Amino acid sequence: MIPSQFDYVRVQSVDEAVAALTEHGEDAKVLAGGHSLLPIMKLRLAVPSVLIDISGIRDLSYVRVEGEEVAIGAGTRHHELERDAVAAAEVPILPYVASQVGDPQVRHRGTIGGTVAHSDPASDLPTALLALGGTVVVQGPGGRREIPITEFWLGFFETALQPDELIVEVRVPRTGSAGWAYEKFTRRANDWPIVAVAAVEGRVALANMAGSVVRATATEEALARGASIEEAAALADQGTSPGADMHADQEYRRHLARLLTRRALQRASGGAAAAA
Amino acid sequence: MQVSITVNGQQRTDEVEPRLLLAHYLREVRGLTATNIGCDTTSCGACTVIVDGLSVKSCTVLAVQADGAQVTTLEGLAGPDGELHPVQRAFREEHGLQCGFCTPGMVMAAVGLLADNPDPSDREVREGLEGNLCRCTGYHNIVRAVRSAAQAGPAAGQVPQVQEVEA
Repeated sequence: MIPSQFDYVRVQSVDEAVAALTEHGEDAKVLAGGHSLLPIMKLRLAVPSVLIDISGIRDLSYVRVEGEEVAIGAGTRHHELERDAVAAAEVPILPYVASQVGDPQVRHRGTIGGTVAHSDPASDLPTALLALGGTVVVQGPGGRREIPITEFWLGFFETALQPDELIVEVRVPRTGSAGWAYEKFTRRANDWPIVAVAAVEGRVALANMAGSVVRATATEEALARGASIEEAAALADQGTSPGADMHADQEYRRHLARLLTRRALQRASGGAAAAA
Repeated sequence: MQVSITVNGQQRTDEVEPRLLLAHYLREVRGLTATNIGCDTTSCGACTVIVDGLSVKSCTVLAVQADGAQVTTLEGLAGPDGELHPVQRAFREEHGLQCGFCTPGMVMAAVGLLADNPDPSDREVREGLEGNLCRCTGYHNIVRAVRSAAQAGPAAGQVPQVQEVEA
């Protein structure tokens, strides 16, 4: 399968990227690792007329502590996050979840900014980021702005990002030794989750239970008022709108959301134990 | 657009369309047909090659993204005298293939895996090769071959030194 024709622009800095986005507007798409974008271009689900390749921007790949937050450069590839010592110490759910994305070849290319921008409801890292909370830092012609992660994903392939803006950084709170868990249910090793659940400090996010990744708000409210894990997890699918496909119907996805939420909360309450 | 890509030590400049996939560039522009295209959807791994030291699926990389890069394909593993790379040798000795279609990608992914983890356990081999499918389901001998290759030492995770680039 061959993508439709497009013009290719390579940029060396964020300013150049924003200038190119401003010039080409909605006809342009940003190319980083390309592992979400190129597959949908090959299927012609996306037909951009211009690709702006940001992979040459050197200073977009980093993980560092800034105050009470961890800042992750948008160009950080999954395999880099997977083995980053700062991330492992400060926000350990992220290296683990990065290791669960696709397969090694995919992780060698894919970037955190790319998966955030793509807004696939079945993505691993966005699910973990939504459970963590934090902000997405974007840069447009008017400068930088921060978008709360809870307001970033609007629906399937739809985000709060404007056509002339570039994601430059993701910021999440440092969680240190707090308990966390990521429960991912797949049929095959390198698949997207049929359903996945991320849990960190009483916050719970669900993959593939709606048009975008979503928080399990009924579960979180129940936990906040002191409900048991079993009671809270039983509410995990409330307010969700899962789809049906060849892998699972809606009721099965709801069952998985409740079951995986219970497992995630149990694992998270056991301390900072690594997921198996 | 002009790209200059070093493949198996040979640098060349070619005029390509931006939408040309690296897999097609290797097969059709460079004439290196060991790299197979299986699923064409980033799933099967048959098109795996090494780009700047890391395994990638060349059906999901544009040739223009590899501009300036060092690419190694299966053809680049054996020595100039035809001496097999340790991973190739181990695949032959352990019979790590049946129909052979997945083999070039499987070997390249295994080289990448061994570069990262020189002495993997069975489980680590299976997880490290999760992006490569063998539809003959010959996985047992593939895992055996990768573990056997690891016994050859660090050479199993290395691609041959880049040759002199022509001026």
